[in-house]
Amino acid sequence: MIQDEEVEVLINDLFELYGYDFTGYSKASIKRRINRLFILDSFPSFAEFRYRLKFDSTYLKRFVEEITVNVTEMFRDPLFYKTLREEVIPTIGTKPFIRIWHAGCSSGEEVFSMAVLLHEANLLHKSLIYATDINPNVLEKARKGIFPLSQMKQYSENYILSGGKQDFSSYYTANYDRVKFDESFASRMIFSTHNLVCDNSFNEFDLILCRNVLIYFDVPLQNRVFELFDASLSNLSYLALGSKETMKFSGMSNHYRQLGKEKIWRKN
Amino acid sequence: MEEKLDMSSTEIIVIGGSSGSLDVVLKIISSVKKDIAVALVIVLHRKTTTDSALSELLAIRSVAPVKEVEDKDPVLAGNIYLAPSDYHLLFEKKHIFSLDDSEKINYSRPSIDVTFESAAEAYGATVSAILLSGSNADGTEGLLAIHAQGGVTIVQDPETAGFPYMPQQAILNAPVDYQMNVSEMIEYINNK
Ligand SMILES: C[S@@+](CC[C@H](N)C(=O)[O-])C[C@H]1O[C@@H](n2cnc3c(N)ncnc32)[C@H](O)[C@@H]1O
Repeated sequence: MIQDEEVEVLINDLFELYGYDFTGYSKASIKRRINRLFILDSFPSFAEFRYRLKFDSTYLKRFVEEITVNVTEMFRDPLFYKTLREEVIPTIGTKPFIRIWHAGCSSGEEVFSMAVLLHEANLLHKSLIYATDINPNVLEKARKGIFPLSQMKQYSENYILSGGKQDFSSYYTANYDRVKFDESFASRMIFSTHNLVCDNSFNEFDLILCRNVLIYFDVPLQNRVFELFDASLSNLSYLALGSKETMKFSGMSNHYRQLGKEKIWRKN
Repeated sequence: MEEKLDMSSTEIIVIGGSSGSLDVVLKIISSVKKDIAVALVIVLHRKTTTDSALSELLAIRSVAPVKEVEDKDPVLAGNIYLAPSDYHLLFEKKHIFSLDDSEKINYSRPSIDVTFESAAEAYGATVSAILLSGSNADGTEGLLAIHAQGGVTIVQDPETAGFPYMPQQAILNAPVDYQMNVSEMIEYINNK
């Protein structure tokens, strides 16, 4: 079992050697992830684990991929998507051009869900969806728009609960055990790596979604990320968080108004 | 044993339950005093509905405040906390909650093992863990971790459990300090 001090040592190495800064991550969570990887890769000792990470840059890639949690699904929390569909999208839809940012988009399920909503509101053609993540591997998947067929039953149920009225399977073509979403969706998306810890604001958006990413950060880092988002949101635009995340611990919350009970805030 | 029963040092009681445990939790909740000296944290395996119906159900029955945990909420004595569905519930050393949506453990998210292990790390000897009815082996590893840090391990007496498998597994594989029926658990919590 890796101890607290050893976690600090690894985090330090990563920063000094590679510039990856995990110091603001939730200690409870990152320690679990590091221990999981330590056991998964059967290291005989902490020293060997550390050595590998320091001197094998291909292992660094694996480390970042395994330490981050990439769990996601389409129309995750259907009622959240219902609110997007009924309240948020019609409002931002009045703009001549719509810019949306998915920060921490993982393998893209959330991004394609958004594209479906925009398509159904007849707004996709004038929208641009920026989708970023720290992990290049998941972005590579997202870019392809290919997802496992086995998930589609669940996703289609989520879609219907979110207020979807179409036949969900009309949006993709199935091929063996996978499905590929229509090219017209991906053509409105821009994927890029972006690290919320150290990278800057790169545009102004009408809606930023950052769901189930901040749970992995401690409160000070969360607050820095809220500042980054604030700098990337024009007035009256929206910020959406995961279903158990909140702005309430940030000094920022009085500049935003929450939409009912949903985890969506509108900038004043 | 007697020394351990002196609960003056207990800061937090973590309860984990699976099939057949909701009834027990409801009984506990409705008998817990208003100003208990500990934080009571409940982790239940439940369907992955995002309903807050369960926390409402618990809240009506309890005189103590009941809250479904949100990320980075502080852990405060006198409160009853419920783990939200579909997230693992962890504790930071500074005694705040963290949520984590990583892989299921023991087919479960929240997993009882994950919360017990994290409580052991963050609270050491000041945690008591209670494992209730269930038909899954979740919780045993967690009780081992609690014990290793000097905390108190309690399981529901399998004879009183709707599904005895979970407490039985714990008794077989982990050092269990007490086996209790529901009224003993209530007394234990109220006397902290
Ligand atoms: C649990 S997934 C959330 C996916 C999706 N937003 C959802 O809610 O279903 C968290 C994502 O955050 C990404 N992440 C973690 N740290 C990050 C950072 N510093 N900057 C950008 N993304 C990060 C991870 O790589 C992972 O893909």
